Amino acid sequence: MATVTTTSTATTAAPPRPRARRLPSPGRVLAWAVMIAIVVITLLPFYWILRTALSSNAALTANPSAPLPTDVTTGGFARVFGLQSTKEALAQGGSGSSIDFWRYLLNSVFVSTLITVCQLLFSAMAAYAFARLRWPGRDRVFGLFLAGLMVPAIFTLLPNFVLVKELGLIDSLWGIALPTLFMTPFAVFFLRQFFRNVPREVEEAALLDGAGKVRIFFRVLLPMASTPVTTLAVLTYITAWNDYFWPLMVSSSDSSRVLTVALSVFRSQTPQAGTDWSGLMAATLVAALPMLLLFGAFARRIVNSIGFTGIK
Amino acid sequence: MTVTSTASPPLSTAKSAVTRPLRRITRHRGDGALAAVFIAPALLGFLVFLLWPTLRGIYLSFTQFNLLTPPRWAGLDNYVRMVNDPVFWESLAVTVEYVVINIGVQTMAALAVAVLMQRLTRSALLRSVVLAPYLVSNVVAGIVWLWMLDTQLGIGNQIIGAFGFEHIPFLTDEAWAIPTIALINVWRHVGYTALLLFAGLQAIPGDVYEAAKVDGASEWRMFWRVTLPLLRPVLAVVLIMTVIGSFQVFDTVAVTTLGGPANATNVLQLYIYNSAFGRFQFGYASAMSVALLAVLSVITVIQYRMTRAGHTDLG
Repeated sequence: MATVTTTSTATTAAPPRPRARRLPSPGRVLAWAVMIAIVVITLLPFYWILRTALSSNAALTANPSAPLPTDVTTGGFARVFGLQSTKEALAQGGSGSSIDFWRYLLNSVFVSTLITVCQLLFSAMAAYAFARLRWPGRDRVFGLFLAGLMVPAIFTLLPNFVLVKELGLIDSLWGIALPTLFMTPFAVFFLRQFFRNVPREVEEAALLDGAGKVRIFFRVLLPMASTPVTTLAVLTYITAWNDYFWPLMVSSSDSSRVLTVALSVFRSQTPQAGTDWSGLMAATLVAALPMLLLFGAFARRIVNSIGFTGIK
Repeated sequence: MTVTSTASPPLSTAKSAVTRPLRRITRHRGDGALAAVFIAPALLGFLVFLLWPTLRGIYLSFTQFNLLTPPRWAGLDNYVRMVNDPVFWESLAVTVEYVVINIGVQTMAALAVAVLMQRLTRSALLRSVVLAPYLVSNVVAGIVWLWMLDTQLGIGNQIIGAFGFEHIPFLTDEAWAIPTIALINVWRHVGYTALLLFAGLQAIPGDVYEAAKVDGASEWRMFWRVTLPLLRPVLAVVLIMTVIGSFQVFDTVAVTTLGGPANATNVLQLYIYNSAFGRFQFGYASAMSVALLAVLSVITVIQYRMTRAGHTDLG
C-alpha cells in the first residue's frame, strides 16, 4: 500500500495528468448534464436555508413552493438572537421560549478554538518526538498510538462521560473540550509523517548554529509545517464545530450549549401551531455560515490536500 | 486499522543507518528528557481519554451501573440480556439496512462524481462546491432536509405534488424513514468520499488511458477495464472507512425522527444512548457498544481480506 502513502504529496505536485480527452460529443454533454444536476442537488439546500430564513412563517404556509423569499422579514434572525419580545415571537410563529444564539455562537467558538490550538500544538510536539527525537521505547509507544486509530471515537464516549462526570466537568465547556484537547492519534500520525520527510540537513544546520532542539522545533520545523498544519487546523476546527453527540451528553444548560445542541433544542421546542421554520432556518444559517466562510478562505489548499494521508 | 497499515512504513529501518552520525550529537544533548516533555501532553491525553475509557467501556459491559452507585459486577448478564432483547436485534437490523443503503448509494455516487471530475475538469472550485455539504454539521443537514422533505410544506413534496403525485411522508412513514435518512447522509458525505476517490484516480498514470484509447476502447469500457481495477485498493480503504463511519449514525436520526415512527429508525447508537441516558443502564449500553465494536472489527477484517486492500495493480 505504499502508493497510498505517497498519494498526498503526489496530488499536490500534480502527477502526469491524463490528457483532457475528448469524449464523443453526446456523451460529453450527458456527462456535463449529470455533473450540473449533482451541483444543483448539492447547493439547493443552502439556498433553501436562506430563502426560508428570510420569509415569514405565515408566507411559508401560504406559499410553500415560492422559489424566492416571500414576505421578506428578518424576524427569524431576531428571534434566534433573542431580540424579539415573547409576544412578538409568538405572533410570528416562534415558540416564545428564550434563545440566545450569540451565547451559543461564542461557546462554539471557544470550544472549537481551544480544541484546535491545544490539539495541534500537543500533537505536533508528540509527532516531533516520534519523528526526530531518540528515546527508549519510542517505536513501541508510537505503535500504541497507532492502535488507538482502531478504536471508533464513538466507543469511548460513554466511558468518557463517566470520567468527565467524576472530574466534575459536566455541563462545562472544558468538559466538552477535554477528551480531544490533547491529541488525536490521527493528528499525531499525520504530522509525524510530515516531520519524517523534512531533510535531516535542515536540523543539522541549525544544530551547528547552536540552536537547541526546542528552538529548532518551534523556529524551524513548525514553520516549515505550516501547510499541513493549516489544513489540519481547519479540518479540526470544522470537526469540533460540527460535533453533536459528545456535547449533547455533556451539556445540559445554556452555559455550555454549543450551536449544534442549541439547534436540536430549538427544533424540539416546536410550537403548537407548527414548526417555526423561518426561525429554525435562520438558526441553521448562523450555525453553518462560519464554517462555510472559514472553508472559503482555505478551500483550494484543503481540496488539494485531501489525499490519502487525509483520511479521517 | 487500514490507515495504520496503509501509512506506516516499516519503522525507522531505512533511517537508522543515515542518522547514526547525528545520534551521537542528540544523545549527547540528552533527548530523553526533552522527549518526555514533548510527549507528555499527548501521552496523557492518550492514556486518560482513549486507552482508559476503552478498557473501562469493556469492563462496564460486565457490570450493572446506573452512574449514581458504583458499578456492580454482573458477569455476562448484560450480554445474555442483549441476545434475548428483540429491540436490540431490531435496531441492529435497522442499522444494517441504513448502512447498506447509505454506503451503496454513496459509493456509487462518489465514484460517479470522481470519474466525471477526472474526465471533465480539474476545477478546484467544482471540488470545493462538491465538498460544501461536508462543512455543515449532521444536525444542520438533518434539519434542512427535514424541512425540505416536510410532508405538507416541504419543497420536495411541493414538486411531487405539482406533477400530480401524492405527497410522500418521507420521515414519518416506517418504510420511507430509513432510506430517507440514509440519503440525507449521502448528501452530506458524498463530496468528501468523491475527493478521496478523485485523489486515487490522480495516481493512475495517463498513458494507461492513452494506450487503451489507441486500442479503441470506449469510455465505458475504460472505466470497467482500467479505472476500476486500478482504483481498487483506494476504493477498499475508502469503503472500510465509510462503513465504519456509517455504523455510528446517530446525529441525523436524533434531530429528525428520534427513532420513530414505532422504532423504525431506532439505530443501534440511538438505542445505546437511550439505554444510558434515558434509563441509566450504563452497563447494558456498554455491552451493546462492545457488540458494535466487535461487529466493526469483524467487518474491517473481512473487507480488508476480500478486497486485498494491501495490494495495488500499479505495483
